[in-house]
Amino acid sequence: MTDNAVTAPPPKRETTSLIYDPKVRSIFFQVLTVVVIIVSVMWIAHNVSSNLARSNTASGYGFLNGRSGFDIGQSLIAYSSDSTYGRAILVGFLNTLLIAVTGIITATIVGFIIGIGRLSKNWLIAKLCTVYVEVFRNIPPLLVIFFWYSGVLAILPQPRDAIHGPLSTFLSNRGLTFPYPMWGEGASAIPIAFLVAIVLAIVFGFWQKKRQMATGKQLPTGWICAAIIIGLPLIAFIAAGSPLTFDYPIEGRFNLSGGGTIRPEFVALYLALSLYTAAFIAEIIRAGIKGVGKGQTEAAAALGLQPSKTTQLVVVPQAFRIIIPPLTSQYLNLTKNSSLGVAIGFPELFSTGSTTLNQTGQAIEMISIMLTIYLTISIVTSLFMNWFNAKMALVER
Amino acid sequence: MADDKLSYVRGEMIAAEQPPVSNRSVAGWLRTNLLATPKDVVLTILALALLAFTLPAIINWLIVQASWVGSDRSVCATIAQGGIQPDGWKGACWAFVHDRFQQFIFGRYPIDERWRVMLVGALFVVLLVPLMIPKLPHKTINAILLFVVFPVVAFFLLHGGYFGLPRVDTPLWGGMMVTLILSFVGIAVSFPVGILLALGRRSHMPIVKMFCVLFIEVIRGVPLIMVLFMANVMLPLFLPVGWTIDNFLRAVVGVALFASAYMAEVIRGGLQAIPKGQSEGADSLGLSYWQKMRLIVLPQAIKVVIPGIVNTFIGLFKDTSLVAIIGMYDLLNIIRLNFADTTWITPMTPLTGLVTAAIIYWIFCFGMSRYSAFMERHLDTGHKR
Repeated sequence: MTDNAVTAPPPKRETTSLIYDPKVRSIFFQVLTVVVIIVSVMWIAHNVSSNLARSNTASGYGFLNGRSGFDIGQSLIAYSSDSTYGRAILVGFLNTLLIAVTGIITATIVGFIIGIGRLSKNWLIAKLCTVYVEVFRNIPPLLVIFFWYSGVLAILPQPRDAIHGPLSTFLSNRGLTFPYPMWGEGASAIPIAFLVAIVLAIVFGFWQKKRQMATGKQLPTGWICAAIIIGLPLIAFIAAGSPLTFDYPIEGRFNLSGGGTIRPEFVALYLALSLYTAAFIAEIIRAGIKGVGKGQTEAAAALGLQPSKTTQLVVVPQAFRIIIPPLTSQYLNLTKNSSLGVAIGFPELFSTGSTTLNQTGQAIEMISIMLTIYLTISIVTSLFMNWFNAKMALVER
Repeated sequence: MADDKLSYVRGEMIAAEQPPVSNRSVAGWLRTNLLATPKDVVLTILALALLAFTLPAIINWLIVQASWVGSDRSVCATIAQGGIQPDGWKGACWAFVHDRFQQFIFGRYPIDERWRVMLVGALFVVLLVPLMIPKLPHKTINAILLFVVFPVVAFFLLHGGYFGLPRVDTPLWGGMMVTLILSFVGIAVSFPVGILLALGRRSHMPIVKMFCVLFIEVIRGVPLIMVLFMANVMLPLFLPVGWTIDNFLRAVVGVALFASAYMAEVIRGGLQAIPKGQSEGADSLGLSYWQKMRLIVLPQAIKVVIPGIVNTFIGLFKDTSLVAIIGMYDLLNIIRLNFADTTWITPMTPLTGLVTAAIIYWIFCFGMSRYSAFMERHLDTGHKR
């Protein structure tokens, strides 16, 4: 019965319901997501516009050119209450960068020392470092800031009874007053000499590496570079006729006059963020060093490397690979935590930004500005550290 | 055969020798752990000097000189400051902490209604403790009770206004209670939302993935204060005209969103650590996506990242202190509120208050980290490399 087989419908692939087709499902869910997002954005936009219309708030960034009318205690650039809102935000941004850079440097140094200390064979040192890490990791950073600000710095004596430090410095509840350097004529040669020195040091570094590759001979590169970087500006300083005088603080009857002052807000924020982040960095450094296999150290010893050379050439470069990614996120955390300065009145970005917001009522504009700046800082840092990480990464076959 | 007993072979085991004196005596311990090399000697001396310099001062301040009882500032102020202590006195003012402890816990919650907070606290402990002990049974029911039933009961008890309970509005809430509520809600919300975001970020659907990446990266790129501030300023703008949203709820939303983004990244790390074979095996068994995730992938992924999850919880607990900046009175802020209170205003009050807050935060955070270490050991099935 062959014609039976011919007339029979061709064997059809068993069709399943479209619900079970992964492609259809995926498209369905994505369309659903888009619809939900669009609908909620439209709803929010409608609410925002009606809310703004009700409160008669003009939108746009024109307000940035208006007179700010508030004072800022600490500023890296010229600023007065007659300056614009835009400049106030710039001052805040620079202060955020200042606290981030100084904090990151200090936190890295302290964290490195504590992290190495926890690995020390010396029982007492290891225990002390452990106590440091466990104390700081388990309390909020804001509390550490308040500790320094209202617990320690606020109960220092009044300026008239200020504590005398070495080199004509004075410590009081107004901050640390110190002789302020005044640069005279020809001082601009020094930063130029410094830049030239850095370029020279880099060139020298490359040359010495090439020479080592060719001949196998080493020079004390680190010392020579340090000598160039310190020496050249020093020569420029002497050549320009030592154009430096100091404005010494003078103790008056009630107050200190003259000199430069580091305000207690900055000191509190700087100390708190550095010490707090250092505890986390210490743990990262410790994990990184422990993450380098014991076999590496033993192999280095078998090759006859000295312990110091083993650390320098074998352990640290490998530990770096483990350390860099979490270290980056700690640096970003410190930068973001600098916004806690608002709690003690340190004029960083968030502080000046929210003051501006309160005065102008431009909520959406101000938040978009602050959001953009913080995200830019994050992205730039991440990109730089990713590049650095890729450069350090193990080249595998 | 005759001489399988050799006369010169000892018939019985001898007792183990004691380690050499240099290893077991105190002097030996000191030599290996403190004085091994000249460098160690110097370090030990420096460390001892540091301890000798700080420890007596700290103990003196905390205990010896501290003022323990009293009802106003006079017990913690020197004569020159209008108190009873001799001039130059420096010590902790525990009398202040003792006097205000109730306020540290309950904030401005009405005194007659504080039993409600205590009842909620007791319920929480009763539900949490069995969940934390691995040996006890009925974990599912217990978890549902804690994370679904308990929040509802707790809301009605704390807020009141129903069942004849007087209403207590959120501005009156404060102190430790606010810190704990914010942390609990943050943890309870961020864990499931974090899982969803992490799955979304690893999804093959480009739009869902893009949305999750955008959310996670924006939230992680800005400080928590910024998120709280946005919740505080923007949420009222986002709602229709005339709707208001409770300040407390704004803070809860901010904290939960922030913690979710961080939780998502931690869980994503765990998902990446699970080999593809597990997922493919589940597929070949015919499990659906959610079955595969629920039964195969997530249990393994979460186990890997327990330390990270607990670190996020600890971070969240510490970060609740930032709500002070948007004007809420959590533990830290209610303690600070007292610094300006004329009853207790002395130079020693801020330091004492802050040390108290530090001790409380420290106990909670350290407890969580110890518990995580315990769970890590308990769940370790020996697959660790």
